[in-house]
Amino acid sequence: MQDFAVITNWIHDFLISTLGLPTWLTVTIECVAIGIGLLLLYALLALFYIYFERKLCAAFQCRLGPNRVGPWGLLQSFADMFKILIKELIELKNIDKFLFALAPYLVIIASMLAFAVLPWGNGLQIIDFNIGIFFLIAVSSIGVLGILLAGWSSNNKFTLIGALRSGSQMVSYELSIGLSVLTMVCLAGSMSVGDIVAEQNRMWFIFSGHLPAIIAFIIYMIAGTAETNRGPFDLPEAESELTAGYHTEYSGIHFGFFYLAEYLNLFIVSGVAALLFFGGWMPLHFPGWDTFNHIMDYIPGVIWFLGKAFVLSAIIIWFKWTFPRLRIDQMLNLEWKYLLPINLVNLVLMACIIIFDWKI
Amino acid sequence: MASLKEIISELQPSATFEEVDGILTVTVDDAYWHDLAYALRHDERLSMDFLVTIIGVDHVTSLGCVYELMSTEHNSKVSVQVSTTDRTNPMLHSVADLWAVATLFEREVYDFFGIIFINNPDMRRLFLSVDWKGYPLRKDYDESPELNPVSTDNERICDTTDRWVEKDGQIVKETVEVFKPGDFVVNIGPQHPATHGVLRFRTALDGEEIKKIDVYMGYIHRGVEKLCETQMYPQTLHYMDRLDYFSGQNYHHGLCILYERAAGIEISRRAQVIRVMMDELSRIASHCLFIGTYCMDLGATTMLFYTLRVREQILDIMEKTCGARMTFNYSCIGGVMQDLAPDFVQDVKALLAVLPANIKEYNKIFTGNIIAKNRMEGVGKLTREDAISYSITGPSGRASGWACDIRKWQPYSIYNELEFDEIIAHEGDSMARFKVRMAEMEQSARILEQLVDNIPEGEYCVKVPKMLKLPKGSWWQLVEGCRGACGFYLESDGGAKPYRLKIAPPCLPLAGVVDHITSGLKIADLITVGGSLDYIVPDMDR
Repeated sequence: MQDFAVITNWIHDFLISTLGLPTWLTVTIECVAIGIGLLLLYALLALFYIYFERKLCAAFQCRLGPNRVGPWGLLQSFADMFKILIKELIELKNIDKFLFALAPYLVIIASMLAFAVLPWGNGLQIIDFNIGIFFLIAVSSIGVLGILLAGWSSNNKFTLIGALRSGSQMVSYELSIGLSVLTMVCLAGSMSVGDIVAEQNRMWFIFSGHLPAIIAFIIYMIAGTAETNRGPFDLPEAESELTAGYHTEYSGIHFGFFYLAEYLNLFIVSGVAALLFFGGWMPLHFPGWDTFNHIMDYIPGVIWFLGKAFVLSAIIIWFKWTFPRLRIDQMLNLEWKYLLPINLVNLVLMACIIIFDWKI
Repeated sequence: MASLKEIISELQPSATFEEVDGILTVTVDDAYWHDLAYALRHDERLSMDFLVTIIGVDHVTSLGCVYELMSTEHNSKVSVQVSTTDRTNPMLHSVADLWAVATLFEREVYDFFGIIFINNPDMRRLFLSVDWKGYPLRKDYDESPELNPVSTDNERICDTTDRWVEKDGQIVKETVEVFKPGDFVVNIGPQHPATHGVLRFRTALDGEEIKKIDVYMGYIHRGVEKLCETQMYPQTLHYMDRLDYFSGQNYHHGLCILYERAAGIEISRRAQVIRVMMDELSRIASHCLFIGTYCMDLGATTMLFYTLRVREQILDIMEKTCGARMTFNYSCIGGVMQDLAPDFVQDVKALLAVLPANIKEYNKIFTGNIIAKNRMEGVGKLTREDAISYSITGPSGRASGWACDIRKWQPYSIYNELEFDEIIAHEGDSMARFKVRMAEMEQSARILEQLVDNIPEGEYCVKVPKMLKLPKGSWWQLVEGCRGACGFYLESDGGAKPYRLKIAPPCLPLAGVVDHITSGLKIADLITVGGSLDYIVPDMDR
């Protein structure tokens, strides 16, 4: 298995021993470098996702999708990004200017922070600490604050309704996410992202976790779709009801931030699903199939992780372009009357499996 | 059984009768009108429950209304003329308490003729802005632009409505608020993706729940009826493509039948077959678009592209023959404008071959979907009684169990020779309205199948004098558009231009019923209900 820790350690040693820099400066330089790298990755991933979704959706709708700018339309999202960068930020009257400007940054910070704990590859994790998963759930809840502020500060009735819908949706579905994550944390026996991945060295949790893992996965995917405000749960921005929901009044790059955050949240949700159920960066392993496992190890962890995340995202995109939208009461019913009780029973089941040691 | 005339004269001895265009026309004084209307509506021998339209007419000496009434039970029709000679302050009695749709129709008459309806709960203008000066369809209307300059400031909204109420024999003017103080009113429209055009719903909300909707229309009012009065008969036809732009063929057809009947022109069978085929092709294309946009409103965007494929195929057929994809302008007085394109038959057969598979696919993707079912079933229920009272015709009316297909009820052209079923559902909810349209596409395909191999030879257009003058009189014609019964009323003074041409569109009542069936539902349901009614804004605004 390739280990990126070799490279990162080498950089660290290079800065300290060869250049003889003090530790504080080394850490600062490393942090800045990681920050810049993250920002770049963030932008590139968002652009890729926009292209990815447009191509996929075109395929579902018997169209070709973007195919004019660059080969296979690859440069289309870059062109779109430049367009959105040079657009005017329209100033509105009678709004809370500070909160209005703050909201998109809150949304984007929430998804940026979540990047810190994603298992990109072997040794390629920005920070691995013992409550990694807990941290992830915590920071991803900040996003709803940004959405609520955006809707409220715009002084528009549509955005207000969108924001309130979003608030009730996020709060409800966070429960399902939390519980299905908890189920998997029980199985892994640790909240640290590194440990969860390492635990799946033998076999991915989706295979080793019996029925509860599969139920948790399905619930996680539904709740994850709702968390990202995507169809069929796109009520906060239901374009045929609320024009654009909470970000109706935003223009230019501020709107772009919401747009980027939506795609990045899609990536994070699928990344976490990959981490919890499909081993994060861990290659496909089956106990006893040593040759097979060895061959799989040749594929780098980064590719495994990104590949899993993209496939899972494709499923969520597939939902959006197939299903009609739910109504607000139906959405809440689904969560509180179905997903939550199933989830609780599922958690007990998982606990039984662990206590009686029925693990495969 | 006594004839209509005998029953009515027994009920209202002061009424006078004449036969106009085969319809019994009753003339009654306004003082007795409400009593007669009550009897017409509630007398079991008459039960005229369907008010097709109210036509305002200016006879210079008098201002009046023609009420076109039909009975769904006895399959009979009657028209009533009521008029007033007072031009400065004309007043008639309202029948809004008998037919729910009359509220809206009377507002339209008020807007165009300035006739005030006593006891109508809402006497605002319907299409023109609140400060418009004059009543455009009156013959003495001053058109000079200085009177009504183009406004450069914000649109004015009227939050109050005047009403004239009869109290102890005195007519008192009252002013009432449209919304209650403290109502949270959200504008859905005029620029909104789900209103399918520039229609505006002022929606009072309680959280997500709808308390009241005030429909505000007129953004796309072009005064088609007024324009028609200044055009020669053949020229008036061109406006028909611009009302319900998906039923252009059907509306053309209807107005042509009216003119041909008035002028006594017999058209060839070939032209009739072509017209009916075009009508049915339009219907399929229109319902395809309905299904697509409706699913899109509900959030299932992908369906739009699946339905547009079939629609495009039909538009290609139309384009080859008519030279246009939207404003076909195809039927003309005496037949149709040009002969069919050489590969018309082949194209229609190709369409008929792919249509069943496509409909099956739509059902597979959408109709059985659990979310779609939850969103549509039981949402926006409209009972049969309400459908008739609100004059909801077309697929929306048939979904409430009312057999209102004009092709079956009052067959025109060659429809009585054709074999097809009238699709009727009894649930009355959004799902029923959706399914009725889906099934109607199959029936239209059935009609096309019967005709495609039997297009007779012959001339496609008979010779008609260039300067067509119609004799003095009035005529009334109903046709089945894609969204319901469309009525045309013509009053001719013997000249080459219509004295009064009234178009009674199906979409105006459709918009009028929205408030009734959405109260207490969620905002998302407004989109479901509005989409399932399938109104076209240019059609209601004219």
